[in-house]
Amino acid sequence: MAEIAEGGGGGHGKGKKRAKKSSTRVDMTPMVDLAFLLLTFFVLTSTFSKPKVMSLVYPAKIDPKNPPKEQPKINNAITFILSEDKIYYYTGQFYPASKPGPKGPTVFEETDFGTKGVRKILADGNEYVLSQKKINGKKLENKQIQDTTYLRLLSDSKKNNKALKVLIKTDDKATCKNFIDLVDELKIAEIGVIAPVDLMPAELVLLKTKIK
Amino acid sequence: MPKIKIPKGSPSIDMTPMVDLAFLLVTFFMLAASFRSSEPVDVDVPSSISDVIIPENVVLVTVDKDGRVFFNMSDPEARRELLTAMSAKYKVGFTPEQMDEFTYMSSFGCKMNEMPGYIDLESDARKEFVTEAIPYKDSTANQLKDWIYYGNIAALNTGKTSFMEAKMNGLNPDPIDYKPKFILRVDSKTLYFKAQKVIDVFRDLNINNLNFITSMELAPL
Repeated sequence: MAEIAEGGGGGHGKGKKRAKKSSTRVDMTPMVDLAFLLLTFFVLTSTFSKPKVMSLVYPAKIDPKNPPKEQPKINNAITFILSEDKIYYYTGQFYPASKPGPKGPTVFEETDFGTKGVRKILADGNEYVLSQKKINGKKLENKQIQDTTYLRLLSDSKKNNKALKVLIKTDDKATCKNFIDLVDELKIAEIGVIAPVDLMPAELVLLKTKIK
Repeated sequence: MPKIKIPKGSPSIDMTPMVDLAFLLVTFFMLAASFRSSEPVDVDVPSSISDVIIPENVVLVTVDKDGRVFFNMSDPEARRELLTAMSAKYKVGFTPEQMDEFTYMSSFGCKMNEMPGYIDLESDARKEFVTEAIPYKDSTANQLKDWIYYGNIAALNTGKTSFMEAKMNGLNPDPIDYKPKFILRVDSKTLYFKAQKVIDVFRDLNINNLNFITSMELAPL
């Protein structure tokens, strides 16, 4: 391929028969072929990036023998209910129509995945943590605090009362993609407390009327 | 006037540098490659911004889009211990060859009584093996629960051994790194309530910290 055989034609002329002067060069073409074949094989079959994982802590199961006496009161919470690609949400406690709260019965608002939908709601709700993060991020940039201090302050602010807590509920049409997408949005919004919990029967009734 | 001389000689190119380079790359890829082990199911994982790399000592449960469940573990020694425990519990015997094969298998999903036959299959045939996967819906015969339970014990033991080894070698290991982690690999089309049933199995065993495998996606600024 790269080398053209040459000078092989002579040798039968007059005079002494000389030993053929063979070239010391080896034709490397097959070796190159092989090398590139192997190279292609390894490039195509190897996987470099190890899979990434997203950690999520589920609430511990309640022991049926000794259930907690009363539901802990959650302040500053938002509940998301997933159904296919739609997200419904309400803030605070759930008040069914039969037992309305101070602001009347709970109404589900509808939103979607996207920068103007769920991300904006979360950014508004979790403003405290995000602003704290911004302030501390500036301090870190100016080398006023160490990066370990920065991380500690961030996790402290997530535990603060002003930080938003999120409950995730799903109906039987929601896929894992919807669920992971929502958890992902929560991580982007620096939500510290994420609790995937079951849908209450009263919520399911309200959800059915909403979907129709 | 002298004519311009055309150099007489063979138009050969010296290929040595090219060969050198090619073999260098081959060597690099050979050493850096970690082969994708052929899994019995194809799973298209959802994406997230998380950049945490999968830990070393894991118990991995796969839920495919029909809600079938597959089990896998990373540590070969722990797998051997796990199969011994499971074979004693379900009274299913395995030959030493099957034990060896099991330690290097990828994910599997079949009932305990189908296990010896499944191990004897070629890795390509395992993909076609029709099975209902690991049973977990029935609370009386929840085999997935046993796999996770014994898998956790086995992984804890091997984790402890490697922790001690690291300590003996004068390192300062963090015990958390050696504890088994629980990974869920769900297909993005799996209905969440199906995955939730598997999650409930974990929660019944008081394992509440789960990790979802996701593919990387860029975080918004």
